[in-house]
Amino acid sequence: MLDIILTTAAFDQHVSILLLDDGVFQLKNGQNPEIAGMKDTAVIFKALEIYDVNDIYTEVESLQERGLKPGDLCLPVQEFYRKDIAGLMKRFDVVFAG
Amino acid sequence: MKFAIQVNASPYQSNAGYTAYQFINAALAAGHEVFRVFFYHDGIYHAFKYATPPDDELQFTAQWSELARLHQIDLVVCISAAQRRGLLCSDEAQRQGKQDNDLADGFRISGLGQLVEATLEADRFIVFG
Repeated sequence: MLDIILTTAAFDQHVSILLLDDGVFQLKNGQNPEIAGMKDTAVIFKALEIYDVNDIYTEVESLQERGLKPGDLCLPVQEFYRKDIAGLMKRFDVVFAG
Repeated sequence: MKFAIQVNASPYQSNAGYTAYQFINAALAAGHEVFRVFFYHDGIYHAFKYATPPDDELQFTAQWSELARLHQIDLVVCISAAQRRGLLCSDEAQRQGKQDNDLADGFRISGLGQLVEATLEADRFIVFG
């Protein structure tokens, strides 16, 4: 998904990110991926500001169901209720599913 | 109407790829245009030239090649997804010091820029899988 975000931003398109379900874990603080020998992708999300990707949306219920609060994430997010997600998506020309 | 298609699943992982294939045929029959199919994630397994299913089963790769030939559809395989899974065209294999040439007729390897461009050019962009 990050690849698509970066490529789309490189094409001078306005890009926003919507994190749903387990997608919210992408931004969770304190992942320590190096312990599992994995790449630190949260760091790349933090660099998205350079690409003018500043709008990150998430779903209230997705966070709640996983015991998370916006403060547990490493970037500021705008929360939407599940009932409003379809309306949010409608504001965009193209939606890529991760 | 102008369609761009993305295929994310491999031929034997789900029927998404074959559904995409049937959708494209139906769209073309109804007079629509399908100008590009982008194979991403496990979808790249559709492009393996040496896939050799039994004769009495669906020949996925051959069907895509034939579709591209008949309707001049641009079949694009994501380069990073392909390399991760060991699908290399001869140019890329040479660059990597390998000897493969795995890409079936009608497919070409390129980057995500082709996907973004397709979404911008199409009236409708549909993802399968």
